[in-house]
Amino acid sequence: MRNPLKSLSDNKRTLGWALSLPAVLAILGIVVIPVIQSLIQSFYQRDLSRPQLDAFIGLLNYQNLFADARYLHSMLATFRFSLISVIFELILGVSIALVLNKNFVGRGFVRGLMILPWAMPSIVNAAMWKWIYNADYGVLNALLTQVGILDQYKIWLSDPFWATALIILANVWKETPFTVLMVLAALQTVPDELYEAAKVDGSSAWQSFISITVPLILPVLMIVSMLQFIWGFQTYELITIITGGGPFSTTEMVTLRVYATTFRSLRFGYGSAMAYLTSLFILVPVVIYIRSAYKKVVEY
Amino acid sequence: MSIRKLIPRILLYLVVLLIVIWTVAPYAWLVISSLSHKIDLVTVPLKWSPLRLTFDNYRSLFFANGETSVNVGLFFTALKNSAIISLSTMLICMPLGVMAAYAATRLKFKGSNGIILTSMITQLIPPIILVIPLYVIMRKFVLIDKQIGLILVDITIGLPLVIWMMRGYLASIPADLEDAARIDGCTYMGALVRVILPLAGPGLVSVMIFAFIASWNEYLYAYVFTNVQAKTLPVLIGEFSTKLGLEYLKIAAAGVLASLPPVLLALGFQKFIIRGLTSGAVK
Repeated sequence: MRNPLKSLSDNKRTLGWALSLPAVLAILGIVVIPVIQSLIQSFYQRDLSRPQLDAFIGLLNYQNLFADARYLHSMLATFRFSLISVIFELILGVSIALVLNKNFVGRGFVRGLMILPWAMPSIVNAAMWKWIYNADYGVLNALLTQVGILDQYKIWLSDPFWATALIILANVWKETPFTVLMVLAALQTVPDELYEAAKVDGSSAWQSFISITVPLILPVLMIVSMLQFIWGFQTYELITIITGGGPFSTTEMVTLRVYATTFRSLRFGYGSAMAYLTSLFILVPVVIYIRSAYKKVVEY
Repeated sequence: MSIRKLIPRILLYLVVLLIVIWTVAPYAWLVISSLSHKIDLVTVPLKWSPLRLTFDNYRSLFFANGETSVNVGLFFTALKNSAIISLSTMLICMPLGVMAAYAATRLKFKGSNGIILTSMITQLIPPIILVIPLYVIMRKFVLIDKQIGLILVDITIGLPLVIWMMRGYLASIPADLEDAARIDGCTYMGALVRVILPLAGPGLVSVMIFAFIASWNEYLYAYVFTNVQAKTLPVLIGEFSTKLGLEYLKIAAAGVLASLPPVLLALGFQKFIIRGLTSGAVK
């Protein structure tokens, strides 16, 4: 005695689609269609301030981007910011993780602390560091003068080198804990016997780090650095708050450029093209990330 | 303990101390600033222990407090908006995401891998690409500066996150349990509700927290899609720190308040959060 309605609703395919449908529709409506729309828009001239000039212009927006010195400069600044951030996050993250993997009193507590920077809203992170870097009352100046490194207070953010270095510092502070936690998790999967065997063979601590630890955590390091490089390209609030792109546009990242082009100059077509062209640069890390993370899914 | 063993031990604790200071000090300074009198913090050289604590900076966010404070209503509205928007986003994303994740991991129908892959790719789409077309759409449907508009937009962040993370939790529940329920006459839906969901409890909690934090902390969309009515706390703090040039301590107080919900949730549920972070590789 089978209820036909029940057997239909208990069919994997029917039920599968029924359960997924709301999510699929939502993603289709607010992600997929908009993304396609903006791709199409990038082939148009579409200036809200001059609607009479709206026209299909093919690849002209993209062509113009390659001659747009300010955009190209912002690409370079973003690339530099993301790459240097990732390098520091890796070195610092792995070092901290190795320390936190040792046995000491209060280890759980210190590990828990790592989520503090991660959980903070990035806008608060930005405001916090801006206050620390403040030229007149900032704690950075106070600290460095009182220790004797600095003779007098320095206007950090008006110096192109220091402005870049300090936004990287603020970014590294917030993002490193993610590396730490990922590496710590990876370290738990390294069997102790391997280290013991290496010790018996006379390896030094550094040798076992290079020959045992690094190969085993390499996949995780790969995923983490790809993700953080991608996130670096998406950084917006940190820069708009701390430097506003200055001094002399040295810290003007692509996100700020896209925002200004689209929402200040109201050039929606050109802005879309800029967002797309920029995203091409992170395509390689995106593909690497998806392939490695997706392989993990398929292995289940 | 011999000296040879003691020295590395002491060194280890020193390094740990440095790590703790590096992690906590910037935030601690924000908290101390928010509790200080302005006069104590603007002296040169800076005194490191402004121990005359005060709640004035906090009070001025909520009450006019004698001085002319235009921020009173603003802060409260933003707080309310942030709470409504992030809770709603979470409450919408959870059922949609859990159902889709269950379908994709357990029912394994044609197209289930596509759902997982889409949720993964969606998380990597730079918001700066999405913000432009979404603005055009929101303007068309008069959703700019409305809470519901921002909730819809935040779903683009929350939903893929929930699907992707729930997939991990559901995959870790042994299939045998579900098979046993099926043999006992459960439908797939019955097995989901009676067997899978109760077992996925800790996973559900951590996914909820992730979805809430993601929406609570979100800045770019809120900045572009709201002006006055639906402004969230991150947007207000951004405005404070560009407009209230000299009111650092008020910004510090607002920043501490805005960071409390995500920070306390994350610290309170740190086991779940760390597991979620490391297994799902999400931000």
